[in-house]
Amino acid sequence: MLYKYNFEELALLLERGEVRSVDIADSFLKRIQNYDKKINSFITVDEEKLYLQAEESDARRKKGGELSRYDGIPIAVKDNICTKGIKTTCASKILENFIPPYNAAVYEKLKGSGFILLGKTNMDEFAMGSTTEASFFGPSKNPYNTEKVPGGSSGGSAAAVSANLAPAAIGSDTGGSIRQPAAFCGVTGIKPTYGRVSRYGLVAFASSLDQIGTFGNCVDDAALLLSVISGYDKRDSTSIDVEVDFHPEKLRDDLNEIVIGVPDEYFKGVSEDIRNNIEGKLKELEVNGAKIEKISLKYIDYAVPVYYLIATAEASSNLARYDGIRYGYRSDAASTLDELYSKTRSEGFGKEVKRRIMLGTFSLSSGYYDAYYLKALKGRTLIIEDFKKAFSKVDVIITPTTTTTAYNLGEMINDPLQMYMSDILTISANLAGIPGISIPAGLDREGLPIGLQIMGSHFREKKIFGLAAIIEKICEPIHPEI
Amino acid sequence: MEYEPVIGLEVHVQLNTKTKIFCSCSTKFGSEPNSQTCPVCLGLPGVLPVLNREALKKGILAGMALNSRISQYSKFDRKNYFYPDLPKAYQISQFDKPICEGGYVEIEANNKKKKIGITRLHLEEDAGKSIHSEDPARNISYVDLNRTGVPLAEIVSEPDIRSGDEAYEYLQKIKSLMKYIEASDCNMEEGSLRCDVNISIRKKGASEFGEKVEIKNLNSFKAVRSAINYEIERQTRMIQYGNKIHQETRLWDADKNETYGMRSKEDAHDYRYFPDPDLAPVILDSAFIDEVKKELPELPDEKRERFIAQYNLPQYDAGVLTSIKQLAQYFESVVEKGADPKKASNWIMSELLGKIDDAEKIDAFPVTAEMLAGLLKLIKNNTISGKIAKKVFDEMIKTGKDAETIVEEKGLKQVTDTAEIGSMIDRVIENNPKSVEDYKNGTKKALGFLVGQVMKESKGKANPQMVNEILVKKLN
Repeated sequence: MLYKYNFEELALLLERGEVRSVDIADSFLKRIQNYDKKINSFITVDEEKLYLQAEESDARRKKGGELSRYDGIPIAVKDNICTKGIKTTCASKILENFIPPYNAAVYEKLKGSGFILLGKTNMDEFAMGSTTEASFFGPSKNPYNTEKVPGGSSGGSAAAVSANLAPAAIGSDTGGSIRQPAAFCGVTGIKPTYGRVSRYGLVAFASSLDQIGTFGNCVDDAALLLSVISGYDKRDSTSIDVEVDFHPEKLRDDLNEIVIGVPDEYFKGVSEDIRNNIEGKLKELEVNGAKIEKISLKYIDYAVPVYYLIATAEASSNLARYDGIRYGYRSDAASTLDELYSKTRSEGFGKEVKRRIMLGTFSLSSGYYDAYYLKALKGRTLIIEDFKKAFSKVDVIITPTTTTTAYNLGEMINDPLQMYMSDILTISANLAGIPGISIPAGLDREGLPIGLQIMGSHFREKKIFGLAAIIEKICEPIHPEI
Repeated sequence: MEYEPVIGLEVHVQLNTKTKIFCSCSTKFGSEPNSQTCPVCLGLPGVLPVLNREALKKGILAGMALNSRISQYSKFDRKNYFYPDLPKAYQISQFDKPICEGGYVEIEANNKKKKIGITRLHLEEDAGKSIHSEDPARNISYVDLNRTGVPLAEIVSEPDIRSGDEAYEYLQKIKSLMKYIEASDCNMEEGSLRCDVNISIRKKGASEFGEKVEIKNLNSFKAVRSAINYEIERQTRMIQYGNKIHQETRLWDADKNETYGMRSKEDAHDYRYFPDPDLAPVILDSAFIDEVKKELPELPDEKRERFIAQYNLPQYDAGVLTSIKQLAQYFESVVEKGADPKKASNWIMSELLGKIDDAEKIDAFPVTAEMLAGLLKLIKNNTISGKIAKKVFDEMIKTGKDAETIVEEKGLKQVTDTAEIGSMIDRVIENNPKSVEDYKNGTKKALGFLVGQVMKESKGKANPQMVNEILVKKLN
């Protein structure tokens, strides 16, 4: 039953010597062995290394040398975060056997606090997708209903936490890739402020939008894990030195001073069940003392085109290095250099990745740059200004995380535009670089989880977590039956 | 019809920082292939660049030396293209907001000073090196990524150059400036300075440009000059016979002394430049720029003018002495140790420079500035003659001993004792009656011969002036 506990409970058990790290690892490993054939949330689980890490942790603790209270707790990590000596595939054929010779900053921090690596989780190839169906290793399934997608691109991390295959997980969010699967799988997922967590070692999709964040089965776990991986890193020029002020024990839970902004635009096209649920939560908050204010974020209609121009442009350049020359997949059907490039990349990348590389290459081409990429940058500035204005009036913004609950497997795969549109409620936070969290707010009539999104101004994670912890208390807890 | 060439140069200068521009790998030249690499310069998945402050500073210093404006806002962009020696498949460079804009350098062409405009200087990372097997049967290429990420400053000139000689002078000037500020070794053999030429031909006096041809693969300053001269002739001939010049890239073949076509404009890359999202824009406040400016040393032009004014040296001498920073320093040290500036300059120009291969390494020369000053002092106070001094100088180079010690050890001290000289003269008069006779009969030449004989008798050590005086007295 150890798999059911949260960080605090596990830490207490470890502290009192009632369980060992090896027991916890064993508990999760058994769960994975029993259920992950169905969920497919992990790409790599190295059992030997897992036990080894757990034994090392137990030895540390025995000598009183534990690295933190949480030393020995296993964590799942998305497979686009480099782990030295352990495969990091980005769910792509092109990196199918890639073993990084270095650790991502985030993984170093986890290790530094004694967390151990449970496994590497499934995702859409190079984090491009909203369903985890674009994985070279097959789709992950939603623990609430295995006919449904878990969302994406961090679908493996979300599903693993939801199905108690991992106590918590690390993901990455470029346009909603943490918040949307968190919503679909009924867990808490936070994308922090751009610059809060070092991107060093995160395999880049769209560098100006990518941000690493966390999943937990409760707000405290997501906050705690985020506090562990946050902080300035001189190896990431976009990382920012700001105090990490949101350890769970520091979170406020007073509604009386808080002003919550609610943008009308974010409720358009949202399913009835989701709208009713979120509006119900807002009423309850108001009754309990929060001030609710209608606001307008009028540039939301531009968010999707702006996002897909910038993200694909950056991706087309970021993914150019996978050329078969130095590492990764190489086509053996090539006889010239140009052929080596085109065949390696044609065979090594999946359909969605190729689509985005083509889009990005086009919008950066001479003659089109001004009309597409440059215009998108201007649109991005407008969206940033929109949020700035909003946050001068309100502390946080509450919206649904998604317009619908989890879709059927296969439903979106042949309709990329429809899939791109489904990101509409999450991508603005990435464009503006602001933090956003999704917490489970209940179930819809199909029994699928609904996500409530809270966005805050730059580096106001503490406010977001504080409010999320309150909302968590007024929502009925949900669990998948697996 | 008269034609004139319009020439602009793109010079890549490797900045001599200890570490690469975006990671902390060493930049040392000539190491084991791929030994100076890390995940960042290898372009592994997930790595990020961090700008090396030293490279930024050296770029700014270089801009200052070129009289450029230092941009308070500049940024880095990605230049996208596929090549095996470019691990990220993009080069981090600066596109529309370079670190330095405008500027000029002054060169001397046909004994006239001329300003060559500088369009811009920008920072970028170097690519690696592809090494192709010379055995065609093996058909293998190797990639060495040690050079990947070494900082480069690309200096683009205005199309102000009009001849191969001017281009040569321009390159010499750039090299001298970069060495003065210690920003680069500017060694073309090691690739720390590379140069591409843009050249077109137009009717003399016309204001519009002709179609431009780019010349690459130039591996020495002389090659640049020869390639330009060749291309001027080729293009002029083409135009004279009514042919059109097409925009293209040509390569210099140093063995055949000619250029040949490599690719035409249609094959030109679309580099899809866009701002690198991994690097923040470089925003410099004036305080920082002023701070860097303090590190700017006196530059060759200023130094030359100062040498003329302060030491009363001819323009030419001052030019030679200031062309190399270490040489100028050496000269000033010699003067500081008490030597007469003109004498010091003469000695350095006519004696020393002939005995040293590389005047930049003058600090390792066995004769230190203090030792040379000592030698010049011995000449000045008549301890030795100028002729003996040359011998002493050779001995100093050989042994590293100072002049006084050598003069002492070898007994080279000038003889100034009247009696001693007198007795030598007496011997010479006795042994050369014929010449004495000639002199007395009015053949003045004979005096010179007799002086020479006395000098010989003294093994060169007698004071020539005294010999002359006493001899004339005795003969009369």
